[in-house]
Amino acid sequence: MRRFAWAAAVGLVAAVCGVAGPAQAGKDLDNVRVRGTLACGLGTGLPGFEFLDSQGNWRGLAVDVCRAAAVALFGDIGKVKYVPTNAQHRFTVLQAGEVDMLLGNATQTLTRDTALGLDFTGIYYYGGQGFMVPKKLGVKSAKDLNGASICVTAGTTTELNLADYFRTNKMIFKPVILEKVEEVRAAFFAGRCDVYTADVASLAATRATTAPNPDDYVILPEIISKDPAGAMVRHGDNQFADIVRWSLYAMIEAEEYGITSKNVDEMLKSDNPAIKRILGVTPGMGKALGLDERWAYNIVKQVGNYGEIFERNLGSGSPLKLARGQNALWTQGGLQYAPPIR
Amino acid sequence: MTDMPVGERQPIAPPSDDTGILGWARKNLFSSWGNGLTTIVLIVAMVWILSGFLEWALFTANFTASTGSECRGGGACWALIREKFRYIFFGSFPYEQHWRPLFAVIAMLAMLVLSADRRMWNWRLLVIWGVGSFITFLLMFGQLHIPLSLMLFVALAGGTIGLMMRSAVADPTERSAYYALIVIGLVGLVLRIFGVLPSWSLAIAPLSYVETSLWGGLPVTLILATYGLLFAFPYGILLALGRRSNLPLVKGLCVGFIELIRGVPLISLLIMASVMLPLFLPSGTTIDKFLRAQVAVILFAGAYIAEVIRGGLQSLPKGQFEAADAMGLNYPQKTLLIILPQALRVVIPPLINTFIGFFKDTSLVLIIGIFDFLNTANQALVDPNWAGFPGEVYLFAAFVYFIFCYSMSRYSKYLEVELNKGTRR
Repeated sequence: MRRFAWAAAVGLVAAVCGVAGPAQAGKDLDNVRVRGTLACGLGTGLPGFEFLDSQGNWRGLAVDVCRAAAVALFGDIGKVKYVPTNAQHRFTVLQAGEVDMLLGNATQTLTRDTALGLDFTGIYYYGGQGFMVPKKLGVKSAKDLNGASICVTAGTTTELNLADYFRTNKMIFKPVILEKVEEVRAAFFAGRCDVYTADVASLAATRATTAPNPDDYVILPEIISKDPAGAMVRHGDNQFADIVRWSLYAMIEAEEYGITSKNVDEMLKSDNPAIKRILGVTPGMGKALGLDERWAYNIVKQVGNYGEIFERNLGSGSPLKLARGQNALWTQGGLQYAPPIR
Repeated sequence: MTDMPVGERQPIAPPSDDTGILGWARKNLFSSWGNGLTTIVLIVAMVWILSGFLEWALFTANFTASTGSECRGGGACWALIREKFRYIFFGSFPYEQHWRPLFAVIAMLAMLVLSADRRMWNWRLLVIWGVGSFITFLLMFGQLHIPLSLMLFVALAGGTIGLMMRSAVADPTERSAYYALIVIGLVGLVLRIFGVLPSWSLAIAPLSYVETSLWGGLPVTLILATYGLLFAFPYGILLALGRRSNLPLVKGLCVGFIELIRGVPLISLLIMASVMLPLFLPSGTTIDKFLRAQVAVILFAGAYIAEVIRGGLQSLPKGQFEAADAMGLNYPQKTLLIILPQALRVVIPPLINTFIGFFKDTSLVLIIGIFDFLNTANQALVDPNWAGFPGEVYLFAAFVYFIFCYSMSRYSKYLEVELNKGTRR
């Protein structure tokens, strides 16, 4: 009897959740417009992607992607409400409608797209897992890591990718599994393990900011996983998803055509028809999205193009000093490739 | 014994071995071989640890670096605290308006210090908290809108409580004032419900509006703890009284609530309030997240306080209840005048213990993305310009928490002595 009662209770909760999820459909854009601000869910604390500076302002690549969408919608970079979330409930917060879009550096996967009822709106960062080792070990490739002890955070895809990679290459390793990122870093720099594995950007950031002497460590060339990060929205409101998607593409297109926040006003006089379309000199694009024709002009003017936000947050303008790598434009051998705005 | 005259008795100083620092040390630290050895080992260990700590925290520490990389390699990087302390204390509150949370914190502390004084334990307390809360929230929000229905409700509640508590002692003028309050509140509310009165609200808006999602740091911790406990305290008293009630329904509800809340961790309650609750609400409606967390803290603290107070109620001899009944006091009078003053005095040490616990427990709100003091300290670590100095930040946070908790514990000590003056022999 008791078991039945429990089953009934669990079933009831599940049913209510199941009903409440899709019930949000279609209204997202209206809600945002009525509220007058765009609510962005952010992960708490990944250097370069989302963090708070000494004045208490949000900074980072993910934050700028959110701001671009807000500028497209309202023409004002300040119309954003930042909602910090964490890895455990970030998706629930999005499903519950507390935020309009989520930028938690969550890897886009098939199950998150389908079972969680989310829509991906382009990729603002192509990540991948790599290895960092002390230089004095003399290791040149991940293939040399047979038998090494490896520090990794518990319960992440990082841990699973690591096991997959070593099994595929018929190598063995001694895992040193720790709960928190800070513990993993401390263990690695204290010499408790030979190798530290995480996203390469995070490895570079750790090396630049936490290592006692950054020159003593090297990041191996192999990248063993795909971790594309992008903004996510709920299923159901395609127009809103389109706006979020194209506000990222507008930044990538702007970089491709050499439009920056500095020269955007001169570019208004450009003869290039593509630039004219992007900046709304030739009208039509804004109307198609249900936005002001100046939407992309405002994004570039207030936030910057993709190259600018990358350099400012992750690249040469930041302490992390990440190379563009896979995140360079397709014209420069990278993966950032936006469909044409026309 | 010799019969020496009294005046010639010479007091002899105790043996020099027993006096002064040496004597004290001999008696307390080196009374036997074993104790002497323990003392030496402990002193050596203390000096060793302390010198290492001071070397790190003072002698090689960096107080002036302008970025994290300049700090690296030496001792403690206190420059990080210098750079980040405004963020750690006030979170994302608009930077140029940090004076507002600063004065809000001062107002709250003044409020707490004033109400710690026993001479204020009367109608003054109401004034202190009324004015203090008004200043605090006006500074934090910048604008307050007090709806008419709330004012009417306060009038109704104030009149009812006043009448109940003072029905025996009030003179006719005072009593008619309570009746007037009740009538105004009741009639006003009824008219408001039927739409006769407009939905008017008193707007006090001297400053720019700052929403709760931008609040952070010390004011958040203080508000969650202070108002959590302020509301949880009367709520806990009601629960405790309800638990001892003879009415089976009231008793059952109170026992059920207390046991349910005590049976789940605070984190699960916070997650329910912040993540699950919005799933059940219709789309578009949101209740402020800060308010939800505050309510969760109140419910949780209420259940614990209820159990502490129940201990005090049970410690009272039955004669006290019977004597009150024999005096012809009604239930509110008996409870407020006879039972609670005695019961609360007994439970002050465990009550303050609960308060201290909850002051620190409020830091669990970081789970649901509210930036209390500990969480802003956490966030200060993520800035890539200053990454890699967790020790300094957490020591600083611990130091601030310690100041608050230690003063509470000293206060509880003082209060214990103060309230037991009558019974001490």
